[in-house]
Amino acid sequence: MDFSAINPAVLLASLMVAATPILLAAIGELVVERAGVLNLGVEGMMITGAVAGFIVASATGSAWLGFIGAAFGGAILALLFGLLTQFFLSNQVATGLGLTLFGLGLSALMGQGYLGVKAPDFASLNVPFLSDIPFLGRVLFQHDAMVYIGLALVAGTYWMLKYSRAGLILRAVGENHEAAHALGYNVVRVRLLAILFGGACAGLGGAYLSLVRVPTYAEGLTAGAGWIALAIVVFASWKPWRLLLGAYLFGGVTVLQLNLQAVGLSIPVEILSMSPYLVTILVLVIMSAGRAPGSLGKSFHASS
Amino acid sequence: MKFTTFLTSTAAALSLGTAAMADDPTTVGFVYVGPVGDGGWTYEHNVGRLAVEEHFGDAVETVFVESVPEGADSVRVMQQMALNGADLIFTTSFGYMDPTIEVASQFPDVKFEHATGYKLADNVSNYSARFYEGRAVQGHIAGSMTESNVVGYIGSFPIPEVIRGINAAYIHAQRVNPDVEFKVVWVYTWFDPAKEAEAANVLIEQGADVILQHTDSTAPQAAAQAAGNVITFGQASDMSEFGPHPRVSSIIDNWSPYYIARTQAVIDGTWESTSTWDGIGAGMVGIGEISDAVPADVKAEAEAMRDALASGEYHAFTGPINKQDGSVWLAEGETADDGTLAGMNFYVEGITGDIPQ
Repeated sequence: MDFSAINPAVLLASLMVAATPILLAAIGELVVERAGVLNLGVEGMMITGAVAGFIVASATGSAWLGFIGAAFGGAILALLFGLLTQFFLSNQVATGLGLTLFGLGLSALMGQGYLGVKAPDFASLNVPFLSDIPFLGRVLFQHDAMVYIGLALVAGTYWMLKYSRAGLILRAVGENHEAAHALGYNVVRVRLLAILFGGACAGLGGAYLSLVRVPTYAEGLTAGAGWIALAIVVFASWKPWRLLLGAYLFGGVTVLQLNLQAVGLSIPVEILSMSPYLVTILVLVIMSAGRAPGSLGKSFHASS
Repeated sequence: MKFTTFLTSTAAALSLGTAAMADDPTTVGFVYVGPVGDGGWTYEHNVGRLAVEEHFGDAVETVFVESVPEGADSVRVMQQMALNGADLIFTTSFGYMDPTIEVASQFPDVKFEHATGYKLADNVSNYSARFYEGRAVQGHIAGSMTESNVVGYIGSFPIPEVIRGINAAYIHAQRVNPDVEFKVVWVYTWFDPAKEAEAANVLIEQGADVILQHTDSTAPQAAAQAAGNVITFGQASDMSEFGPHPRVSSIIDNWSPYYIARTQAVIDGTWESTSTWDGIGAGMVGIGEISDAVPADVKAEAEAMRDALASGEYHAFTGPINKQDGSVWLAEGETADDGTLAGMNFYVEGITGDIPQ
């Protein structure tokens, strides 16, 4: 066994890439849940974003336009969920699960004719000067732009929830929608905006797979990433920085176990394969002290 | 998944119901483990189904249910197909073996064909392809072309089919390049593009300049392309969009001739329970175009091996071959019997690491 074959800088760099799709989807879902809405349709929105982004990118030849298309695709699907749950007061759990099934079917339909097509290039940025720093340069400054956008979204969400007036309103709506309504805030509008944001983020996460990570479209491309994103939101106890940690931990252990296999470590492979799930759950359960937003999953109607 | 299965099987039942009202054509059902758009395993089976439709026209109706879990759900799907008048049912994944036998005993008049299994009954045949022949050709190219002498192999599940492929590739890589080393990574999935991409990247970072895969997506090809100096092979389908480099050749599943022949046998009333295990010679395994990125002499050798395998004058497992522990498996000139190959659970000498048990 030769552990020197594992380069820690490369390992850290690839965990950031491996975690990005989950991170993008999870940060959107975190905002949705902080607004008091439980949308279990993340997987469906991700795969829809993956195919929408791929279609736009291959039509225009621009991965950037693809990402914009993916955000719209995810948001449009989320809007469907928003209309059903906020205006028709449908059950959020059932609607979310339905949204996943619908998204999987819709993406399979939309993706006909795009199988085996390659995505346009989306080059990594080599941040000038910074990427030449030994070790840190390789870890932090040689990624594609979406890795940084994911990080910026986490930071922005943290700031928005903690310091901005909009964040305060969003949290009020999520904690106690009756009280927020009594104070004169439009609960349904706030929640719709949060749902749209969540859909757009999930769409970006899906498109990161189809445009950067894989980069080609195939049915079932997301392979359960949306469910992991959902789990990470809960285990991060609805806090953005813990969510970042959770996603990186999951991505890191996934990449690490593949590295350990390649150097021939004699731990049973089955245990290595389940280790990302185990470690993520363990660490986040140990850390978690938060509680769910008070109105999470409850329907709101001004008359009731 | 159960709910989607319910929906798809209901849809299949409806379409079967309407089909039965027509001029009573022969109905052929297909049970798929993945989506028809996976671009790999199920995609190629569906190509075979479409070939049946094309070949027989209105004389044959086909129905399929995709993404059927390998368990109780598959029993219900098969029963539903049989009840709705299917004459012949192909079940296309190893995990359907016992459900197929079970349902076949309930419907003695319906013919069943199970892919990649080994159990038989009066109305159950099984069939599989000798993909290891294709992997021998890949191994030859891999061993000839590697400069780092490290070949990365993305394994799906540690079952005989996959282990056979690793051994076949290794034996032929090692014969042209005694210094070659295989690094095997198990991903425990047939299809998860993100995980396959990560596995490919890890192998490349650890020095592999050839990636072989027993998983179905093109993510490893994309990873190789990004790395620049790494070659790969198409798996299940041609994946020629990544040619001529990094994809330098491929193994292609070609089920169409078999599906057409078996459907014809049902129509003629000559269908019998058989075991079929065909390779390059019968056309069930195709070797995709060897691209110009392969040196001319290596390409010629690989094509000669392909032709020798097809004609039967060469067997991919021809001794002397020892097992990993050094004990003799095949003596000089001896070839492996199908029973040992079908249940292969050991590495050959020279491969390091253990097979997960």
